[in-house]
Amino acid sequence: MNMMSESAVEKALDQKMSDASHKMIGKDVSVYYGEKRALFDVNLNVRENTVTALIGPSGCGKSTFLRCLNRMNDTIENCRVTGKITLDEDDIYDNNIDVVELRARVGMVFQKPNPFPKTIYENISYGPRIHGLSKNKADMDQIVEASLQRAGLWGEVKDRLHESGTGLSGGQQQRLCIARAIAVSPEVILMDEPCSALDPIATAKVEELIHELRANYTIVIVTHSMQQAARVSQRTAMFHLGQLVEENDTDKMFTNPDDQRTQDYIMGRFG
Amino acid sequence: MTDVVSPAAGIPKAKSVRRDIGIKGRYAAERRFRAYGIAALSFGIIFLMLLLWSVVSKGYTAFQQTMITMPVEFSQQIIDPQNERATNPQKLMTANYPVVARNALAKLLNVSVDDRVAARAVSQMLSDGVRVQLRDLVVANPAIIGTTQTVRLLASGDIDSAYKGQIDLNVSQENRKINDQQLGWMTQLSDSGALAKHFNSGIFVNGASSRPEAAGVGVALIGSFYMMLIVLVLALPIGVAASIYLEEFAPKNKFTDLIEVNINNLAAVPSIVYGLLGLAVFVNFMGLPRSASFVGGLVLTLMTLPTIIIATRAALKAVPPSIRAAALGLGASKMQTIFHHVLPLAMPGILTGTIIGLAHALGETAPLLLIGMVAFVANYPTTPLDPSTALPVQIYMWANEAERAFVERTSGAIIILLLFLILMNVGAILLRRRFERRW
Repeated sequence: MNMMSESAVEKALDQKMSDASHKMIGKDVSVYYGEKRALFDVNLNVRENTVTALIGPSGCGKSTFLRCLNRMNDTIENCRVTGKITLDEDDIYDNNIDVVELRARVGMVFQKPNPFPKTIYENISYGPRIHGLSKNKADMDQIVEASLQRAGLWGEVKDRLHESGTGLSGGQQQRLCIARAIAVSPEVILMDEPCSALDPIATAKVEELIHELRANYTIVIVTHSMQQAARVSQRTAMFHLGQLVEENDTDKMFTNPDDQRTQDYIMGRFG
Repeated sequence: MTDVVSPAAGIPKAKSVRRDIGIKGRYAAERRFRAYGIAALSFGIIFLMLLLWSVVSKGYTAFQQTMITMPVEFSQQIIDPQNERATNPQKLMTANYPVVARNALAKLLNVSVDDRVAARAVSQMLSDGVRVQLRDLVVANPAIIGTTQTVRLLASGDIDSAYKGQIDLNVSQENRKINDQQLGWMTQLSDSGALAKHFNSGIFVNGASSRPEAAGVGVALIGSFYMMLIVLVLALPIGVAASIYLEEFAPKNKFTDLIEVNINNLAAVPSIVYGLLGLAVFVNFMGLPRSASFVGGLVLTLMTLPTIIIATRAALKAVPPSIRAAALGLGASKMQTIFHHVLPLAMPGILTGTIIGLAHALGETAPLLLIGMVAFVANYPTTPLDPSTALPVQIYMWANEAERAFVERTSGAIIILLLFLILMNVGAILLRRRFERRW
């Protein structure tokens, strides 16, 4: 691919993005941990085929919001979510939405690489297997290869598919986790500080991967690194003290934010 | 740093003074602590060695038994004088076999059986167990009646003890169980090679007997085996299922807190209390047979459950939350998360807990006494509902016996029990190694 066509693809994607429908819509989302309120009426929309970065100082609620999007907060004792979050018009907190099905549509990559202590092949094939996505072994082999290809890991692991996934390096493990998330063909991928445990080279690889994944998936990423948000995302949302301060195009956010607090945070005056 | 400061600056050049931050004291404390540790460890090892030495030195002789090999004439005259065995098979069961054996030994020693005193002395050298030994031979093959066969017969317990040097021969012969004449015969037989020590397979296969030379842990082994099987089959699934429910599914409220506290308390309840419970519920209320290894197994299951539950919950808790998050994030249900990922990772801990619980149950005596497993059982239990004993109970019973030969048997049975315990613990370690995975 030469430079011209690449930027053309970019342009097409950006075009697609600007008139993209909203994949997920959060309306007046509030989260309580017991008595403590962690999120205050957040209204945030996630656009299709877009990387949306959530930034903000520690404890601002960005991870909490992310975990609302695939109901991982359900696993936390005393956690209560109010408001409405929709995925393609479906209210994900509605009673007739199954959380298992939701998580098959909204995948997640965690802060620390957490491959299962099984082989690389089993790591990838687990999701498709429990959801019955493959009919036979050949089918599964293909899913595994395609997922690893997309995660840019195929070349590195194709000869050791049946070795343990925990034997890989940190960066490889994280890409394995991304491949594992892709394997169930989700529509949205949530990433909770996916590079915070990685070195700069591994980080660069994962960022490149996020960039490529944008063509097929909607991505929401929580990050502490301002530069990372600027590099990988098209939309950025800034959280502070459980409130959504500002949501904007990334370019605008980092050059001319509307809110003073965003300006201060990006300039490093607090946080 | 002070050295670098120029004296020209007016500051007197101080030699670098090292602050006293108590380095020496800290190292001394560490050395002291290590010394305490080594002392405690050596203490423990010394006592363990003493215990093992005491048991082994007393018990190893139990695995050898003095026997007399001699030609025995299966005289028709004595066994079946009226030749009625074809019509009355009972005859072969009740025949006077001890006389057959006595006559054979008397012949070997050139003693006349008409001399009543000498004849009695001769017959005292043989175990009463020869009755069974010879009977089994004849019943198995009645054709040997009338022939002479070379047979290896058990010597009596007193001869056995004397031959192993366990009887003090300085005591005058009126005060010991074996007189000088018998001692002379014993030496004579031993010199001719007829009397010798052989490997004692009887201790593993025989049932209870009041004659030490014929007593064995066979029934106790079967009883203990049945009980371990019942404990494993009941306690492992119930314990693991209860732990999974409590740890993963149960809501955290006052009620489950209460259950948790009670499980921890139950693990500390004296085992004899479980025996009383078993007696009241299983034997008296439910009417299950007493002395049965089935009831023993149920009681030991109750006793082992808290141990298994506590170990399993600890193992489940130790599984990193990131693995659960990964599985849930992929859309696995709670059940799939637990059974595909959490349980396999907790397996080494669960198995270790279970085997330690089983080993504990194997050595448990007190509750079994209460449900009547402290019984004289000579016949093998064919099902777990038949009367039987258990290894530790057998040890307890033998320890109460007066004969010298039971002392070595008590220690011998302890050695057998310890071997089984070591075997189980080695099994636990191997299983843990096998299942252990790094994450």
